[in-house]
Amino acid sequence: MELLSGAEMVVRALRDQGVKYIYGYPGGALLHVYDAIFQQEEVQHVLVRHEQAATHMADAYARATNKAGVALVTSGPGATNAVTGIATAYMDSIPMVVITGQVMSYLIGEDAFQETDMLGISRPIVKHNFSVQRPEDIPAIIKKAFYIAESGRPGPVVVDIPKDMTTPTERYPYEFPASVKMRSYNPISRGHSGQIKKAVDMLLAAKRPVIYAGGGVIMGGASEQLIKLAQTLNYPVTNTLMGLGGYPGTDRQSLGMLGMHGSYEANMAMHHADLILAVGARFDDRVTNATDKFCPTARIVHIDIDPASISKTVEVDVPIVGPAGAVLEEMSELVAAAGTTPDAEAIASWWTQIDEWRGRHGGRFRTDDSEMMKPQQVIEMLSKVTNGDAFVCSDVGQHQMYAAQYYKFNKPNRWINSGGLGTMGFGLPAAMGVKMNFPEADVACVTGEGSIQMNIQELSTCKQYDIPVKVINLNNQSLGMVRQWQDMNYESRHSQSYVKALPDFVKLAEAYGHVGMKVEKYSDLEAAMSEAFSLKDRLVFMDIYVDPHEHVYPMQVPRGSMRDMWLSKTERT
Amino acid sequence: MRHIISVLLENEPGALSRVVGLFSQRQYNIESLTVAATEDPTLSRLTVTTIGNDRVVEQITKQLNKLVDVVKVVDLSEGDHIERELMMIKLKANGQMRAEIKRTCDIFRGQIIDVTPNAYTVQLIGDSSKLDAFIAALGTASIMEVVRSGVSGIARGEKVLSV
Repeated sequence: MELLSGAEMVVRALRDQGVKYIYGYPGGALLHVYDAIFQQEEVQHVLVRHEQAATHMADAYARATNKAGVALVTSGPGATNAVTGIATAYMDSIPMVVITGQVMSYLIGEDAFQETDMLGISRPIVKHNFSVQRPEDIPAIIKKAFYIAESGRPGPVVVDIPKDMTTPTERYPYEFPASVKMRSYNPISRGHSGQIKKAVDMLLAAKRPVIYAGGGVIMGGASEQLIKLAQTLNYPVTNTLMGLGGYPGTDRQSLGMLGMHGSYEANMAMHHADLILAVGARFDDRVTNATDKFCPTARIVHIDIDPASISKTVEVDVPIVGPAGAVLEEMSELVAAAGTTPDAEAIASWWTQIDEWRGRHGGRFRTDDSEMMKPQQVIEMLSKVTNGDAFVCSDVGQHQMYAAQYYKFNKPNRWINSGGLGTMGFGLPAAMGVKMNFPEADVACVTGEGSIQMNIQELSTCKQYDIPVKVINLNNQSLGMVRQWQDMNYESRHSQSYVKALPDFVKLAEAYGHVGMKVEKYSDLEAAMSEAFSLKDRLVFMDIYVDPHEHVYPMQVPRGSMRDMWLSKTERT
Repeated sequence: MRHIISVLLENEPGALSRVVGLFSQRQYNIESLTVAATEDPTLSRLTVTTIGNDRVVEQITKQLNKLVDVVKVVDLSEGDHIERELMMIKLKANGQMRAEIKRTCDIFRGQIIDVTPNAYTVQLIGDSSKLDAFIAALGTASIMEVVRSGVSGIARGEKVLSV
């Protein structure tokens, strides 16, 4: 058997796991590992400018491919800088392996230079974490880390490696395990047939059904099965923020997103439904509004890989624990084999009702006489210029909601955003992580002048590795979502939501070696954006000035039911 | 309602902190907690008593089961079970009080395990309410120190919690 040092084992195990890119930043505790990286070419390291960006790049790779991304950060500040990225992945159930350096094992607990208790710090925001105690355990631990991160309900796994576990002169036999078996961890592979049967009976008997599909459909690779079931039944589908693209957004049966900034028709349909089929969704507070007023007439079937998600916030009638794809497939088979079909008349009148809601134009933006561009127009233009087929990586704020509402995603894994944690600064590194792995695809980072400045240093990484993403900066010169809440709830007292002294983003982009464009008029937008996307090998930073007074609508009224919404500044349901 | 939850977990570094962290992170209440290795040194048995409605306790057991180190979880209160707690209690024992304490101790089937001219240390084993009753019977005036192990529990009959 080949003898390798701990440092070499780390790199070799990543190679044997099939990892192409790792995103990271070196430091004292990782110098042995970085030396091992230097001496091979199969695993390529991408040097970021801040560790948070490394985690977001790894995370976005996972969101686009459903495979765990890898970040490598040193001990102490390297590890703590990665915390936001780990929490971001955790909240959205994204598989990721984060390898953190640690001080020498004999120094742990002595407040050594660059020591932090990374196991303790990361514990509430990881699916699991490991501390390497013996160098020869490294291959098995890395194998387990990937297995845990990617199976069941995915999530980030931290592997903390003290420096003396990687000493180059100490060599051990290397063997990468072919498989993993753990007595304490056995992810479920299929749903309970009895429960599935019961759910199908309820589905077929429904008169006002809605399928409510979340991020579990994306990460579970269950989009195809969802489409099949929904189209066989001709039932409406609404997607959560995390689930967009799980059902084609331009299809007639799509109601768009639901929840706080969901579409009028989606929220109305949920409120009036008699049956809700929830798939890979977790009844988040941004979806349900007040849980005691949530969908008063509906019975609920809930498919989820995680039993703890079931009846956590909303009590459900038929729980089904299992992978979304397998359960939906079994449902489709039962529907096909059932002697009965849905009540055609009831479903037809349900669609009539839904189309009426849809026709109300609820919450759509209005262009007015002012010269200012509406941010929604920019997203619609982005959709047009990229044929609705780009990877859209978003930051957090109003622009995120506009992108979710107005970019119609027809494929899963194309909408990359921090839904659960709401991490500003996510967008640019996310776009970079996607673009490196899909070099032929159009990759846009939809951002605002607030979010982009939280990781803008990565423009330098983009230059180093030639990562030609397109930055769509919806510049409203204010922290738009904060400002919106202040307009609505604090009599427009804009406390700290106005960003003074903005940089000249065009010059800034140019200083980093990229192309900068400033767009102030809607009439210039299409040509400018088309040009930006035609520059295939250049990063283009589009600084687009939009109306700072625009609000995101619909917006659910706090503590109300699903149907209680503001549809504009003056119109309420 | 009070529940006694038994957990079999991998005897790994950090495993206990994951369990305890889960309770604080999700605002679950811990009344008592005991943990030690089992006959198999790779496994620990942990007993936690908690108070919560059925929905909270269901979440607790589900969340515990999600921890990668946790092998099995059972809510002992759902079935017939035995619970025991050990208490050592140091009492002021002067003059007439010495006989009084001895009598109370006998009634509760406790044992005096340490004696000085002015103090008794009593060991008492039982369910938590019995220990509470002993403390109440003596009154706080004579109590110098109390140390309780927390509850350990096991199912009645042949039902076992094992791998």
